[in-house]
Amino acid sequence: MSDQQPVIKCDSVYKIFGKNAEKMLKNANGKVVAEEFQKAGCVVGVNNASFEVNKGEMLVVMGLSGSGKSTLLRCISRLTDATAGNIYIEGEDLTSMSDKELIELRRNKMGMVFQSFALLPHKTVLENIAFPLQVKGNSTKDSMQRAKDMVDLVGLTGRENYFPRQLSGGQQQRVGIARSLAVEPDIWFLDEPFSALDPLIRKEMQDEFLRLQGVLNKTILFVTHDFDEALRLADRIAIMKDGIIEQLDTPANIVLNPATEYVRKFTEDVPREKVLKIKSVMEPVGDETDFSDLRVSEDAIIETVAEAVLGDPKSVPVLNANDDIVGVVHSSKVIHVLFGENSTLESNA
Amino acid sequence: MNFINYLSERPKLTQLGIVLIVFFILMSMTGQYHDLIVERHLFAKSVVKGEIQSSAGFAESMSMILNWQLPPQLVRIPELTFYHPVINTSATYVLIALLVTAGLLYKSFAESVNKSQWLSFNWFQIISKGFVGIIVGLLFIPTLYNWFFGEVTRSTFWELPSMLQDFSQYLIFEFWVTPVYDPEIEDYEDYGRVRLFTRAIGATLLFLITLIRELLIGGFETVVSLANVFSDQSGWDWLAENKDKWYSSVPAIPWTVLTAGAFILGYKLKGVGLSILAGFSCIYLAVFGQWEPAMQTLSLVLVAAPVSVLLGVIWAVLAYKSRTVERVITPLLLVAQTFPHFAYLVPVIVFFGIGDHAGAIATIIFATPPMIRLTLLGLKRVSPEVLDAGMMSGCHNYQLMFKVLIPTARRDILIGVNQVIMQCLAMVVIASFIGAKGLGFNLLLALNQLRVGQALELGVCIVLIAVVLDKLSLAWANKQTDYFADLSFVDRNKTALLFVAVFFAALLFAWFGNWMFADTAKGINYFHTIPHNKGITTEPFWQAGVDYMVSNWRADIKIFNKWLLVEVLMPMKASYLAMPAIATFVLTMGVGYIIGGIRSAIVIGLFMLFIALTPWWERALITMYMLTFAVIVSVIIGTIVGAICVQNKRATKFILLVCDTFQTFPSFIYLIPVIMLFGVTDTSVLIAVIVYAVIPPTRYTVEGLRNVPESLLEAGDMSGATKLQRMVKIEFPLAFPHIMLGVNQCVIFALFMVIIGAFIGTTDLGQEIMQQLFSGGNIGTGLMLGLCVAFIGLAVDHLIQTWATKRRKLLGID
Repeated sequence: MSDQQPVIKCDSVYKIFGKNAEKMLKNANGKVVAEEFQKAGCVVGVNNASFEVNKGEMLVVMGLSGSGKSTLLRCISRLTDATAGNIYIEGEDLTSMSDKELIELRRNKMGMVFQSFALLPHKTVLENIAFPLQVKGNSTKDSMQRAKDMVDLVGLTGRENYFPRQLSGGQQQRVGIARSLAVEPDIWFLDEPFSALDPLIRKEMQDEFLRLQGVLNKTILFVTHDFDEALRLADRIAIMKDGIIEQLDTPANIVLNPATEYVRKFTEDVPREKVLKIKSVMEPVGDETDFSDLRVSEDAIIETVAEAVLGDPKSVPVLNANDDIVGVVHSSKVIHVLFGENSTLESNA
Repeated sequence: MNFINYLSERPKLTQLGIVLIVFFILMSMTGQYHDLIVERHLFAKSVVKGEIQSSAGFAESMSMILNWQLPPQLVRIPELTFYHPVINTSATYVLIALLVTAGLLYKSFAESVNKSQWLSFNWFQIISKGFVGIIVGLLFIPTLYNWFFGEVTRSTFWELPSMLQDFSQYLIFEFWVTPVYDPEIEDYEDYGRVRLFTRAIGATLLFLITLIRELLIGGFETVVSLANVFSDQSGWDWLAENKDKWYSSVPAIPWTVLTAGAFILGYKLKGVGLSILAGFSCIYLAVFGQWEPAMQTLSLVLVAAPVSVLLGVIWAVLAYKSRTVERVITPLLLVAQTFPHFAYLVPVIVFFGIGDHAGAIATIIFATPPMIRLTLLGLKRVSPEVLDAGMMSGCHNYQLMFKVLIPTARRDILIGVNQVIMQCLAMVVIASFIGAKGLGFNLLLALNQLRVGQALELGVCIVLIAVVLDKLSLAWANKQTDYFADLSFVDRNKTALLFVAVFFAALLFAWFGNWMFADTAKGINYFHTIPHNKGITTEPFWQAGVDYMVSNWRADIKIFNKWLLVEVLMPMKASYLAMPAIATFVLTMGVGYIIGGIRSAIVIGLFMLFIALTPWWERALITMYMLTFAVIVSVIIGTIVGAICVQNKRATKFILLVCDTFQTFPSFIYLIPVIMLFGVTDTSVLIAVIVYAVIPPTRYTVEGLRNVPESLLEAGDMSGATKLQRMVKIEFPLAFPHIMLGVNQCVIFALFMVIIGAFIGTTDLGQEIMQQLFSGGNIGTGLMLGLCVAFIGLAVDHLIQTWATKRRKLLGID
């Protein structure tokens, strides 16, 4: 991974709203205290964000409303200009791009899904999906053919000529997803895509989303205020508060080792077995030879294998991706995860 | 003690009480001037004759007040004297102007991040700041200099009209002149470029109108008129040279062809319903013998409406893009909303002359502001996420505007288009005052001859054109294309082919008419054109009805009319005129303060002050008296009718339809029957005004009551409220802000009609505007009078809007 160039790279990005934001930021010398800025009539949106997203990775930015998560996304898609800092998309400096380069980038490499769907009300499902292609200057026939494929991909076949107002929320968001994927982007931005949906539909759409990601394997920046959603989908999670990234880590590490009090509050009620993988509770293979016949993968979520492991009196060997035994898991550990005190757990993920 | 408690709990009521007490005290202090001011111009006459002073000194004024007598300057604001503004365009002042502009722009330039692109982003700012620089450098500073070191010249506010007039004359005849070759006198003559420019616009519009018109009713003469437009300068007469060629006798498109076209177009755009509406409207126009004037009107509307829509969208986009543009046009739009139609006509005559093009220009000026307002509203309502989605799809600015923003704002823009079409047809009659031909002109003739039946038929023609155009444009905008339909050429161009077929069939049909009608005495081919007034008419029926009414009811009406005039209207008018100016100010500003605080009081005060400083204060008072009476009666009738109709679904639908029809009906039509019954009196004017102004309160009452949330009504029912209790305690309070907006519209409608009432004979602002129009036109006077009327409307508008907004916030509605 490290030899590869990160797809998105943020280097101390700041976004401050207000009249004299630039001047104040210069005077602050990189140490931004939100209260001081507030007194001067400025609002801090993003405060010193630095991170990288690798190819095919899904980074979920989680935070409550007003935490600056959407602002961060808008900076990276350059819907707003960052006040300071650098953003690189595949090594190219986004902040210094001209309008023309930016439009080229958006037409070929970026796709975005919005919370309120943001469909064009005067266009049909098909026309909405074909819109980015037509804007690009593709012929109507090609655009429509491609749009038709996308309609099939998101499972809206038969509703091509419906108008957005004739669709349910979930169906509208499917159109939004199809539109964002129409140009085959490398980078996929999703701004709270499922927040406006009912809980059952949301679950369904998350499954659909995971299915799509399994097929497409895009680099994804996903913004949500729903911690469970973040845990379900993310490769890594960035938790934001007041514009600051409080912690950026894998779901398991965030649950096991919350970096701050704020993060801990989120993780308190999360059932461990739903997040942790076998890897985090396995022990190195010791002297014992009396293994169970059962084998579990180190990447399996504990909840999914708990019943089998607990049903077996012997310790269960853990396999890695190459089917080599890399450790064992004892039922006592699993019981501890399921019923024990959270704070005593240690992680070796 | 209880009473004081009661008042202190209700500060607004106390304030109103104080305002009223002060008002009545001031009313009683007119003393020696009382008899002079109850007649419209006696006070001014006495001042001119030297019988009374127009203003008294401070000490004298104080002693007069102590003797319970207002000094004259508080009774009627006298002519005020100002220092005359000086304009100087010498090099020094130009330099100062440039320096001021540079100074204003420096800050924005210094703070800009991208200095190389600053110029292209800030062009409007440069223009507006440049304008400020010119005003300061060429006007303010020379005036100040002159005041300190030069000869002081004075002028009064009353000279403003003639100053404006002089300025416009200067602009037309002397500003930036250029020699133009005139073939008639075979020499160069000086023309102002402004006039050349306006004439060029006029000629372009005239050409377009004539082109459409000649296609519809004239035949080959199109080219003639084209040649005429330019023959002024070239002396080239194309028609005379080509008189014998075959194509110079090609006739116009027969009405049968157009009617068939209307059927097909309606079907293509929407379906059978629209097809029938469009087709039968055409048949109505033809059969009633109004085909020619209708096509003349249509040609004017077909030019004016698209131009208005285009201008409206362009200005709205500019205002959306730049805050400066928005700040400049917002007040202009507000004034345009209440500016009387007639006041537009004088400047149009001066700059553009008389004729169809002048009518079109007046129509465009009148119809564009609502388009701008609605388009801007629509653009602003587009959700920011849709905008983001457009940007993320990789739109550049042009695509963002035309593929995302404008289509998304389509709902509001379409309402704007509807408004434009309605306004265009509302202007049809008024445009005929400055030479536009068509239905409006005929309607005016019918009115002058008191022919009710014919006027009614013409009115229906106008309504039909309005409705058909509106529906067609709506259907066109909502059309949808089907992408995956793999159709053959014939299938795809079905309607076009059908039209071609029908075109030739109808052409043939019209041609056969030559023989069919050859033996009739008149020799008219009814399949080609039905000449004006040769169609059928229902006039005798309506005439008989009017005759019956006049012969049987007149006596009774006369008694009622006399009572109304003597017992109600005359005293009311007298009491309005008897108000000393200071009392009027206390009352209006006081009400403004109670409703919107100190800000509203100042706004209202400034509007009133403008009117008071012009020579037409007493005329304005008469306008206000008629306005008040008409609005009170209209609102009472409207709310009661609305409240009754809303109880029943079918009645609701019916009353809304009636409202729509009456609103599109040319307002002039209301004038004739009332004149016949009530004679040339204030009563006639007021009844015509009330018939027209009763529409908005009715409509808004119906809408307001209908939009009360169902759950609240159910809550009322479950609390055991009777129908009447529910109405009084729940529905009316909640619908009240909306009804007040209806009252606001009612005031604006009534104001328009009061001004039109000058045709019957009034002595208010409208009469003065009419006189300006017919006496050749003084731009300054016309504009100032228009502003007086507009400011009355704006003052009321401001009060009601402020109140309604506060109330809505309080109730938590939207």
